[in-house]
Amino acid sequence: SIRIIKKYTCLNMNYLLLIMIHIGVGLHAVGGVWPMPQISASSPEQYPLNPEAFYFEYGRQSEAQPGCSVLDAAFKRYFSLIFPDYFPGDNLSVCAGQASLKAETVWGALRGLETFSQLVYQDDFGSFFVNKTDIEDFPRFQFRGILLDTSRHYLPVQAILKTLDAMAYSKFNVFHWHIVDDPSFPYQSQTFPDLSAKGAFHPMTHIYTQTDVQRVISYARLRGIRVLPEFDSPGHTQSWGKGQSDLLTPCYKGGTPSGAFGPVNPTLPSTYQFIARLFKEVSSVFPDSYIHLGGDEVNFFCWKSNPDVRAFMQKMGFGTDFTKLEAFYMESIVNITSTLNKTAIVWQDVFDYHERIPEDTVLHIWKGVPYDYTKELSRITKAGKRVVLAAPWYINHIAYGQDWRKSYTVQPLNFSGTEEQKKLVIGGEVCMWGEYVDATNLTPRLWPRASAAAERLWSDEKQTSSVEKAFPRLQDFRCKLLRRGIQAEPLYVGHCRHEYQGI
Amino acid sequence: MLTCLKFVVLLLLLSSRSCDGLQFNDIDEEVELVAQSSRYGSLWPLPQKVQLSDVSFKLTTSSFRIVDAKESSAGPSCSLLQNAYRRYYDYIFENAKKSWQAKGKRTGPSELGELQVWITSADSECDGYPSVTSDESYELTVNQPFAVLKAPKVWGALHGLETFSQLVYKDEFGTKNINQTTISDFPRFAHRGILLDSSRHFLPIKVILANLETMAMNKFNVFHWHIVDDQSFPYLSRTFPQLSQKGAYHPYTHVYTPADVKMVIEFARLRGIRVVPEYDTPGHTQSWGKGQADLLTPCYAGSKPSGAFGPVNPILNTTYDFMTQFFKEISTVFPDAYIHLGGDEVDFTCWKSNPDIQKFMEQQGFGQDYSKLESFYIQKLLNIVSTTNKGYMIWQEVFDNGVKLKPDTVIHVWKGNAQQYKNEMANVTSSGYQTLLSTPWYLNRISYGQDWQGFYKADPQDFKGTEEQKKLVIGGEACLWGEYVDATNLTPRLWPRASAVAERLWSAKDVTDISDAFNRLSAHRCRMVERDIPAEPLFSSYCPHEYKGV
Repeated sequence: SIRIIKKYTCLNMNYLLLIMIHIGVGLHAVGGVWPMPQISASSPEQYPLNPEAFYFEYGRQSEAQPGCSVLDAAFKRYFSLIFPDYFPGDNLSVCAGQASLKAETVWGALRGLETFSQLVYQDDFGSFFVNKTDIEDFPRFQFRGILLDTSRHYLPVQAILKTLDAMAYSKFNVFHWHIVDDPSFPYQSQTFPDLSAKGAFHPMTHIYTQTDVQRVISYARLRGIRVLPEFDSPGHTQSWGKGQSDLLTPCYKGGTPSGAFGPVNPTLPSTYQFIARLFKEVSSVFPDSYIHLGGDEVNFFCWKSNPDVRAFMQKMGFGTDFTKLEAFYMESIVNITSTLNKTAIVWQDVFDYHERIPEDTVLHIWKGVPYDYTKELSRITKAGKRVVLAAPWYINHIAYGQDWRKSYTVQPLNFSGTEEQKKLVIGGEVCMWGEYVDATNLTPRLWPRASAAAERLWSDEKQTSSVEKAFPRLQDFRCKLLRRGIQAEPLYVGHCRHEYQGI
Repeated sequence: MLTCLKFVVLLLLLSSRSCDGLQFNDIDEEVELVAQSSRYGSLWPLPQKVQLSDVSFKLTTSSFRIVDAKESSAGPSCSLLQNAYRRYYDYIFENAKKSWQAKGKRTGPSELGELQVWITSADSECDGYPSVTSDESYELTVNQPFAVLKAPKVWGALHGLETFSQLVYKDEFGTKNINQTTISDFPRFAHRGILLDSSRHFLPIKVILANLETMAMNKFNVFHWHIVDDQSFPYLSRTFPQLSQKGAYHPYTHVYTPADVKMVIEFARLRGIRVVPEYDTPGHTQSWGKGQADLLTPCYAGSKPSGAFGPVNPILNTTYDFMTQFFKEISTVFPDAYIHLGGDEVDFTCWKSNPDIQKFMEQQGFGQDYSKLESFYIQKLLNIVSTTNKGYMIWQEVFDNGVKLKPDTVIHVWKGNAQQYKNEMANVTSSGYQTLLSTPWYLNRISYGQDWQGFYKADPQDFKGTEEQKKLVIGGEACLWGEYVDATNLTPRLWPRASAVAERLWSAKDVTDISDAFNRLSAHRCRMVERDIPAEPLFSSYCPHEYKGV
């Protein structure tokens, strides 16, 4: 909760973390906060903020104290976000006032700092103000993700970090890193360096070194963002095959290998040894307790053509049902990740074909129009599985006009099911697949379109059901993004006080 | 190699139709998704005649020079060319200032030491402005001991320098190479334009300049500056400063001062680009009304003014006095021989509501036909502009409404579907007017997938008509209207999609091989990225040097 009052009065010992924000006191209109907080009350009473006198302080009762890396860094960051063009030396009159921010964890404190920074505004003379405000806030869904695809186009680390900044501004908390796929394998593995040496677009310039990955993870952590890596198999693995022989299934034409390769070869023990070693490394590199295993769009054409695969099918009693072979493979790798103490997230295809996966596996819904995905939500939650919804937020699909409105009006819980089932929807994800996206157009294509989904995932649905009411708030938020150096595109005609100055 | 690529393209088309809910394009895993190399390398737009050989020469930072040929009519005093030499030297050696240079090295046997630029006609036009009749042709011969670029005028030389820079490639050791080559080149159409809209969103000067630079890389030669419209009036007029003072989004931060406009015009001139300003009336003028009282028509609700305003008020003498003074200024500020006068989408509702207008209609004997009133206005406006010795361009409605036009008027076709615009082109040209096509090139309209292919396939002469009629098609323009576009997304939205239009307007009619175009365009877009232009990708792929300006 955030409380901005003239005099600090409220002390609540139940909270573990307390931050005092010292502000100058004195009078002005409040700008909106995006995504909209759950409960907020603001008054027209204004307090000026003096950059010379303003500071953040850990509350005396706070569990976190100076030395807390997340908050120390956040104070520094948010000071310049609040006072974007402040040069030391302006000497204004100082009068003391205080705002307090209480949160159970540093992660809540980060969200609160973001909210506070959005409450501050400048008048025409450049003075900073904040209105008397009381906010209590928490997210509607615990999983609020953005997927970036670094395989179809390589994204320089700088572009990823910029995205993480913008994610924090919209209170996203999961960076789903679809790091490898058919076109390229930019992840530089310590165990299998050939994967990127042979599978990246370029072995030196188009890779993520371990240092790069660490940098992304720690940058994300400081902003309260989890990094969820995806190593999608058995399909979408063409680039893996270049640096790991015998991993992919050789396709046959007539009685001889055609020279082409299909999905991962599920019949060889060496495959599982490789996956175990790779995932062991991945599990230690990425601290998040979840790992995304993919499992989507497996094409059976090549498996069918291969006599060894067919023999294996017979041996296992799968008949000609290749979904059983796929299930066999997915089950094996989910088990591998379980032994590594990681929870698996997989694309919905895995559920569609096979239900013998651990109870805690999360299903990721990506297919179809609302009619299809609401049915899928019902089915999967009925089976007691948790789900993340991505289908309505494939924002790599662009269209002329204000398509953010469609993203905004999604109702993730509008499917037939019990209250218990609804609770199994842990959140949603905005996907920016990379066929047509690289560093040249990623940021304006992602923002502020993704922010529409951010509000859906964070805010109360009843309070945010009107697109018309959201429109001016989102326009205002987009100008805030510009002011913070995020190249967010316009929603419609109009202007921002500070336009983007790049090209 | 080629069959492989055709396969890719086919699948792309399929997937863009059925993209809903598809996670990825369902591409067969055997297909390599990397562009193949074209036998024409990265040339874009493709020159009219190209002869390439396998013999290659090296270029080195330390010894290579671009110089005036002894016989050239342009010398060291031609700053347009001197600037271009430096610009292209930098492009060829990727900003050589940053890289290590070997000094005192002499030219080796397989090295190309010089590009000599030879302006062949007596008047190089170095200090002039490009025009629709400018000679833009050039001939380029790359051979030892030096390469020669011959052009009648500086305009052709600029295009030839761009072509030369596109011929240079890096070998695996990082050395710059160029193959023995002969090129003879000229544009298919004289008017090859890009429309940018600085009214719906203000575009900082830096963005406009970056796009002029990119236009030159694509051999575009007209910047159609849709500078004002309903939403804002960023043009700072010396005669009527209130127009931007009241009508711009912000009177200081969101305006183009006379110095800004001058800078744009000169930057464009140095790249062989004309600047054609558009002052669209009588519709699309809401922002004009803020700084100029009585210019717009007061709308009525019942018998009282509603407080709202409609198009320019065509019945007052003061309107025409204003226009006379205003266009007098415009005609001196913008050196181009043409002004675009708009004339599109006039909404009659407000005129109809106004009793004074009704009375005027009656006096003039217009009955209830408000398009006659529109024509009355446009006619008077055209007469005013004619006195400034400028030619004019107008949107097709003006022609459709039967307004009397000067024979040199250019009619800009923008409406309808393919059949409709072809009919319009046929009608306009059969009436003997010159025409420009934009309908298939509204680049502000975006969709998922490779829409550049549609732009590429449209041809402005593809309509029923005689040879004489076809000759009246002077070119086309790619339009990037500004409702959803500002500095944040303009450049990647425009490039390389506009490049598809560039080739259609420059190259020979029969250059239509879409897979060869894909290969060359992929390389061309990487070159733009290397030159710090954030041109977006065509499909899954990579560039040796990815965009760094994040």
